[in-house]
Amino acid sequence: MKKPTTGIFKFTSCDGCQLSMLNLEDDILRLTELTEIAYFREGEDNPLVGHLDLAVIEGSISTESQKKKITDIRERSRHLITIGACATAGGVQALRNWADFDAFKKIVYPKPDYIDALPASTPVSEHVHVDYELWGCPIDTLELSEVLTSFLIGKRPGIPAHSLCMECKGKGIACVLVSREEPCLGPVTRSGCGVLCPSLNRACYGCFGPMEGANIETLSGIFERFGYSADECRMMLDKMNTYAFRKERTEKS
Amino acid sequence: MKSRLKDFFEVLGPSYRIIGPKIENGVVILAEIKYGDIPAGYRDSQKPGRYRLSPEKDSQVFSFSSGPDSFKRFLNPPLAELFHFHRFETGLGITSPPFSEKGGISETGLPICFMGIRACDLWALKLYDRIFPGGRVRDRTYESLRRNSLIIAFNCLYPSGNCFCLSTGTGPEVKDTFDVAVTELKDSFLLEEGSARGKEILGLLPLGHAGERQSLEKRERIETCKALFRKSIAADELPEIIFRNLDHPHWEDIARRDLECGNCTQVCPTCFCNTSYDFVYPGGISGEDKCNLELSGRRLRKWDSCFSRDFAQVHGGNFRLSRKARYRHWMAHKLAYMQDQFGLPGCVGCGRCITWCPAGIDITRELEALRPHS
Repeated sequence: MKKPTTGIFKFTSCDGCQLSMLNLEDDILRLTELTEIAYFREGEDNPLVGHLDLAVIEGSISTESQKKKITDIRERSRHLITIGACATAGGVQALRNWADFDAFKKIVYPKPDYIDALPASTPVSEHVHVDYELWGCPIDTLELSEVLTSFLIGKRPGIPAHSLCMECKGKGIACVLVSREEPCLGPVTRSGCGVLCPSLNRACYGCFGPMEGANIETLSGIFERFGYSADECRMMLDKMNTYAFRKERTEKS
Repeated sequence: MKSRLKDFFEVLGPSYRIIGPKIENGVVILAEIKYGDIPAGYRDSQKPGRYRLSPEKDSQVFSFSSGPDSFKRFLNPPLAELFHFHRFETGLGITSPPFSEKGGISETGLPICFMGIRACDLWALKLYDRIFPGGRVRDRTYESLRRNSLIIAFNCLYPSGNCFCLSTGTGPEVKDTFDVAVTELKDSFLLEEGSARGKEILGLLPLGHAGERQSLEKRERIETCKALFRKSIAADELPEIIFRNLDHPHWEDIARRDLECGNCTQVCPTCFCNTSYDFVYPGGISGEDKCNLELSGRRLRKWDSCFSRDFAQVHGGNFRLSRKARYRHWMAHKLAYMQDQFGLPGCVGCGRCITWCPAGIDITRELEALRPHS
């Protein structure tokens, strides 16, 4: 049987999630036996030709040419999955979506005329159909290997869509929100990080994005009772998953 | 006299893994403990969505109440490995996890002793004993961990601000399901046997004889405790309050406050739902023979929650899509269906779901709001 082909693509991002792939170590060697890596700029130099069984996308769509490129990749691929906060939620660069983009450009670049970018950074799912989204900034390497292998062997990825609290309680961590009034985003955030921050006695700040059905209004109301202003509550969500949190808040509440 | 509690640890230490209360980051949790770990003299203040612990000047040894943990973490672990599977070029292999066949021992090789388990949790334990080993499907993980476990129960002296076991008939006094019951008196501990093994253990301790005076003091202390309860539910009107109000507008009100984070279900000692799933490791599970191996994986089982969107997801969609439907299902299972299912109360009145709900949703108040007021 012919091995399935995989292509790994980068759009606007920091490369950290692709690097997670190289960090898979033992697993990456087995993965290359399960699939033929047809395109992976971070690891090798082959040009993109023909069709793919699996396209893995890192990075958000933030230029006109990227819009064309993502459509081209989708048309070549049987399955397309996104990895990380940029591809799945627009990334930290989506903060510009609610700001004056031209003013931003002028602050950063001496000659902003050369900058060819869209005024908004958007997740891949705003442009093409996405078969699976792996959240996180950065993604968890174990989850990545689970998702890749699942797609290659045709099984449902064993990744839950529930809140971080579920994972946190499972680990027996004392709740920082209830016992200390820390503004912890756990109740509205997807699990997957292994409870990094609450394990270190800190509040979750939402790296894995909003869980499905996140009740952001209620949680912000709780933080306001703790003494945070409405503005501060909004800023807590305005990080690498800003687009997804804002969308969840305005569309679902 | 009270320092003689240490004898317990000395007698049980070599043969049991003692699980009991200790303080971690300002919260009483359950963990493997030594005598010195007991948060003697600490009192907790529990309100809806709020927990604080502080030392109390002239309090007793056991003046704190339950924290988020219960026995459930140890007998029905949050994440358990059911088996490993391996795909070779020649076929599929399955291996059992290391502990399932040995029976009655935990990871350390010793049976568990629960030190300081309360009446509410004993009712939950009784329920678990009915569900896991005694149900239609025998749960080997639970069975092997539970088989030789030892229960040292404590009578509560102070209910937390969120406790309501008095109204559910599940506390504060321990009645059965224990090996030894302990009541803290003014100057000593009163120890009572609840099983043959309990009697054996009491025989190993240098105890004085308890008489009428101690029994009387125990009664007085339990009565004093009963007078301190601030929360209750109308248990005698259940399950009707739920069944007659399935379309009550109050469910919508709860849904607005509900975070659907699942914390209530994770801390609830009777919530037993779990889910199993496969996690694959293309490079093989570390430490295993990788010769001719294509891939291997773990069948895992973990605590689930009816608040999770995955929970009611079936082919074609989710049959409990709204937040209202999910909360109603949870509360109805606790306060109505579980009694029918297993013949035991589904809510033991421990109040954990009230304390550990970040939104402070209070099951006693929500039930009261559904109740018709004449």
